[in-house]
Amino acid sequence: MRLAIKVWEKFQGEGCHGQSHSLLTEEKRGKIAIVGSPNVGKSVLFHRLTGTYVTVSNYPGTTVEVSRGKGTIGEEIFEVIDTPGMYSLLPVTEEERVARSILLEESPDIILHVVDAKNLERMLPLTLQLLETGLSLVLILNIIDEAERLGMQFDLSLLEKRLGIPVVATISTTGQGIDTLKEVILERLKESYCANLFPYEEPMENLLKEFEAKIQGDYGFSRRSLAAMLLQEDSEISRLAREKERDYGPITSAVEGAKGQFPHPISYELALERQRIASRVVHEGTRFGPKAQGNWVEWLSRRMISPWTGIPILLLILYYGIYWFVGDFGAGVLVDFLEGTIFEGNINPWVTKLINSLFPWKILQELLVGEYGALTLGVRYAVALILPIVTTFFLAFSILEDTGYLPRLSLLIDRIFKAIGLTGRAVIPMVLGLGCDTMATMVTRTLPTRRERIIATLLLALAIPCSAQLGVILALFEGNPLGLWIWLGVIISVFLFVGFLSSKVIPGERPSFYMEIPPLRLPKGSNVLIKTYSRVHWYFREIFPLFILASVFIWLGQISGLFDIVVRGLEYPIRLLGLPDKAAVSFLFGFFRRDYGAAGFYDMKKMGLLSGHQLVVAAVTLTLFVPCVAQFLMNIKERGMRTGVGLSLFVLLFSFGTGYLIHLVLNTLGVRL
Amino acid sequence: MRGLFPNQRVSDDSLSPLRIRDSPRARVDQTFKSMEEREMKLPERAEEILETLWMGIVEDQKNSLSLGLSEREDAVAELLEGGYIQVADGDVFLEEKGREEGERIIRRHRLAERLLVDVLDVKRGFTPEMGCKFEHLLHEGIDENVCTLLGHPKICPHGKLIPPGRCCQKSAREVARVVCPLKDLDVKDGGTIAYLATNDEGRLHKLMALGALPGLRVTMIQKFPSYVFQVGHSQFAVDQEMAGGIYVRLEKDSNHF
Repeated sequence: MRLAIKVWEKFQGEGCHGQSHSLLTEEKRGKIAIVGSPNVGKSVLFHRLTGTYVTVSNYPGTTVEVSRGKGTIGEEIFEVIDTPGMYSLLPVTEEERVARSILLEESPDIILHVVDAKNLERMLPLTLQLLETGLSLVLILNIIDEAERLGMQFDLSLLEKRLGIPVVATISTTGQGIDTLKEVILERLKESYCANLFPYEEPMENLLKEFEAKIQGDYGFSRRSLAAMLLQEDSEISRLAREKERDYGPITSAVEGAKGQFPHPISYELALERQRIASRVVHEGTRFGPKAQGNWVEWLSRRMISPWTGIPILLLILYYGIYWFVGDFGAGVLVDFLEGTIFEGNINPWVTKLINSLFPWKILQELLVGEYGALTLGVRYAVALILPIVTTFFLAFSILEDTGYLPRLSLLIDRIFKAIGLTGRAVIPMVLGLGCDTMATMVTRTLPTRRERIIATLLLALAIPCSAQLGVILALFEGNPLGLWIWLGVIISVFLFVGFLSSKVIPGERPSFYMEIPPLRLPKGSNVLIKTYSRVHWYFREIFPLFILASVFIWLGQISGLFDIVVRGLEYPIRLLGLPDKAAVSFLFGFFRRDYGAAGFYDMKKMGLLSGHQLVVAAVTLTLFVPCVAQFLMNIKERGMRTGVGLSLFVLLFSFGTGYLIHLVLNTLGVRL
Repeated sequence: MRGLFPNQRVSDDSLSPLRIRDSPRARVDQTFKSMEEREMKLPERAEEILETLWMGIVEDQKNSLSLGLSEREDAVAELLEGGYIQVADGDVFLEEKGREEGERIIRRHRLAERLLVDVLDVKRGFTPEMGCKFEHLLHEGIDENVCTLLGHPKICPHGKLIPPGRCCQKSAREVARVVCPLKDLDVKDGGTIAYLATNDEGRLHKLMALGALPGLRVTMIQKFPSYVFQVGHSQFAVDQEMAGGIYVRLEKDSNHF
């Protein structure tokens, strides 16, 4: 009996700040939260601990959906949470808010604070804030290899002594140090040892202590931590305290009183104090030796960010990445092979025979294996056309992303993007849009202001062709380079023009641009493959069913005659653009799938039905045309019914308007293509 | 005429206080007195009243203040006489002349505070009174030099706006810079972050989140098309507005190798 009590007492720890930590028991599964700034390798660590990999990305907001996994360490099972990137416990972005909420509401049993070892001085202030919360903490100096290459050497035991928590050095990508980490986690859970409190300078320390005494309730964090956040007038915490505290009045007046005591805002003062403490600790615990590596990486980075060399580099990447890899290889070689040899040569005839023999009803045959059949066209397009193009695009994008090139691109184009109401950050959804506009529209979530999100969604719907469409358009202009250049010129002009106009018309605050530029790294094969896989997987899960549905709708539309009515209706504006009537069908298809539309024109071109002039008009109008049904639905989902539908209507009208204009201009100038 | 700092252009006024360093005490008093006479400088008390009025009426946008002043007080009488203020039923209003003079006084006061905190590095025990006394010594013309020296700061250490002067428009660069905004650094220049312009809480938090905190060393890498700088072992890119919010104390040997 006594033994049982002893064991029970050992498990019920009393925390240092008047709180009980809930430690691991046999029944409960322990919770581990991984916390830290973006780009430090949190997600890779998450994978190491759980075996479930999550997309690792440089750009802000990818991990906005919180990843959780089950991890086994020794004999124990844990729930591991990968929180969004957090710079400070006082959140600026949505991601940081989410990260803090996780800590506050879920009271994890252990927090792993992952930092980039070479930037310890800059990141340690967050460790101090986390220490203040009273939650159990382990500091992880990750990417230790890069720090060592710069000549840095850490005295881990000294750091442990000064901070009062375990400190582990790791390289999450290779797995070095992870076993030590696992042992440390198990150790840490068995004891609850108290971290040293770092007292601030007199006036601040006294203020905090006084304030702490005023707080009555129990929160996930220590009262001292709450006090600090209330003093800095954090809106969410203030609201929480207002609900929990019986008497909030004295707190409000204390906050007002506190403000006058310091020359600067309290958040600034606290940040300064913490930085001072952090710098002191780091200087004690770090030694500098000789640098190991040469500097060609830095040289390349400088070439990328300087406009004179950066733009040529960008053009090279666009050419080899998009045009050659996605266009020639993906849309050309792979598609030809899959479509021609595999599908048209073998699968389609076989399937058609099978279905025709199984189902004698013409209507069903039409649905499945007819001209627009779900199997003969829908599946064929998805697997033989979309899959290779989209996969090659995502492959190229993931490579680019993994190297750390994208932030450098952002800073090059920030000024141009400012002219259209966006910032350099929007480069990510825009480039992604060249792969799949629907996915890119989802990513616009990460843009900080509503105005940016609307403008980005509009431009994606209007002027960014997705890879499927791009592939076919490039094929359309084969042998007609002048036509291609005209098309390109028109699209870019529309992009800039509409962007500029919307930045003037749509109200909202002007966004600011600030971004960390991570070091250039060689892309890791496994990273790239896994990122590509998860994106392609998402694409198929979300988009593919919609396209099958599209086939069904087309079939329904055909048998009901609705299809023909709409096509007839479209013929009038089509004629205005100088295009043959047959083009109407392609446009209608273009709504369901952008590449269907382009493919229709490709067929017409092969049959020699289109002049070069008509080709350009068609290509321009099609590119600008309404987003495909998937993107249309995503627009509504992300921006709301009114904005979503409004955007699409505008795009519809604008695209035909521009097509008409081009038609007139080409006619007037008498251009022969 | 050479002033205290190298490359400094100073007005040719032979009564410039910069020469006071060489004068014995008697001449100091006399010089000050004649300065006051020449410029009709208001007594300290009057200046303080104008300051309070300016902050209340112009900054806090009240119509008038009731300061409980008696018209019999010398300072008040002088202000009334000079056409700086108007008193009605115990409420004090600012005239146009008072507005202008008040703005000038506030500007000198806040520049003085910046000087104390940034250059003279007065941290502990920084009291408003020190700023006050110091400010009264800042004579017209010197405030332009100080302003230029500090890189035309926009806010005082308390976060309030510093009214701009002529020098801010001209952006005169003849005086050697000691503290300047990040965007004025040249490529390869380095320094220590002195302070963050704090009147926009959102921007302040963003800058702090990046880790751009006073005390840390910063080096400029590139200025166009975006500002790229290094803090510690990390690099950051910001646009012009953000770069204007970080004030850097230049290192002595950082001016162009």
